Amino acid sequence: MNEISGLLLVIVSAIFVNNVVFARFLGICPYLGVSRKLDTALGMGFAVTFVMTIATAIGYVLHYGILVPFKIEFMQTIMFILVIASLVQLVEIVLKKVSKSLYNSLGIFLPLITTNCAILGVALIAIQEDYSFVTSVVFAFFSAMGFILAILLFAGIREKLEEADVPKPFKNVPIGFISAAILSLAFMGFSGLVK
Amino acid sequence: MNEALNIFTRGFVRENPVTKMLLGLCPVLAVTTSAVNGLGMGLATTFVLLGSNVVIALASKAIPNTVRIPSFILVIATFVTIVDLLIQAFSPELNQSLGIFIPLIVVNCMILGRAEAFASRNGLWYSIIDAIGMGLGFTFALLLLSIFREVLGSGTIFNIPLVGEDASTILVFALPPGAFAGLGLIIAGLNSLEKKMGDKK
Repeated sequence: MNEISGLLLVIVSAIFVNNVVFARFLGICPYLGVSRKLDTALGMGFAVTFVMTIATAIGYVLHYGILVPFKIEFMQTIMFILVIASLVQLVEIVLKKVSKSLYNSLGIFLPLITTNCAILGVALIAIQEDYSFVTSVVFAFFSAMGFILAILLFAGIREKLEEADVPKPFKNVPIGFISAAILSLAFMGFSGLVK
Repeated sequence: MNEALNIFTRGFVRENPVTKMLLGLCPVLAVTTSAVNGLGMGLATTFVLLGSNVVIALASKAIPNTVRIPSFILVIATFVTIVDLLIQAFSPELNQSLGIFIPLIVVNCMILGRAEAFASRNGLWYSIIDAIGMGLGFTFALLLLSIFREVLGSGTIFNIPLVGEDASTILVFALPPGAFAGLGLIIAGLNSLEKKMGDKK
């Protein structure tokens, strides 16, 4: 029972309280880059979910299987980024075969997942927090859900912003940041949920 | 020499990585709660950028095109590990407050972007200047935002108090929403400043 409630806490915390975008500031580049349209945002979200979950799982195994026994934890950054880079290549090949249209619309952002700090960040946080293997994977998956939530909310707002009459200096990017600030303020309301 | 100056100022003002190109925003938003953190992060990133630009400018001819990106990332990751270990050894406090964002320098898209767009196509000398210009531009943007947030959010600057002990500060600027709002306001401010300067000419 304890285990399940612990997992639930991790889930709520990953989606709402410590949302990757609004509280941890990870993955801001794709958050701003692909959030112009709802469907590309969703596609990017799924690609991130897939890579993030698997990268965290593999990272966990390699960290405790290789780095810790050999006492070379300082190699963590280099190893994790290699795992992520090769996974991204795999996703790219699979997507190219399975869905041409999704591949075309995600286009240049797929290689950019490699430099999506959310993925490396989540994998590193899972190690830092001393999560068990199951908790790490759950944490990674639901962090990605939090990312999808953030990117979808923002894409919806941005579609409306296109038609809004915004003061000139605030056009495009600055007004995007201001909206993100208001969204992030709303997400802070969740912070009492999990200690 | 003119060309060198041109490359240098381009990174600093016209193509500032943060305010113009919107690259490497995660650390910009995350660590700018105090000016010390902002400066530390900016200098650490500049060091990595300089190291990776130098190595990539020298080695780019030897790297096959197909494995270009993974090789660049490995070079960057190596320099990030060096910086990480140096900060851990010499400034545990900075290490504490920057936390996970030190290893995350490796995925700062600005660094990979410069490696791909500049260092792999230009000579050593220009790559060094490009790295310094871009790095200082990045540091400058970090400093601007972190001073803005520290003054409004905590009432201090470089940890020196500006207002009395019991004065109330706008706490929200020290919290995540303040980072987004602050950066939005700064970019808007720079936009309108640039427009005014343009009008005068």
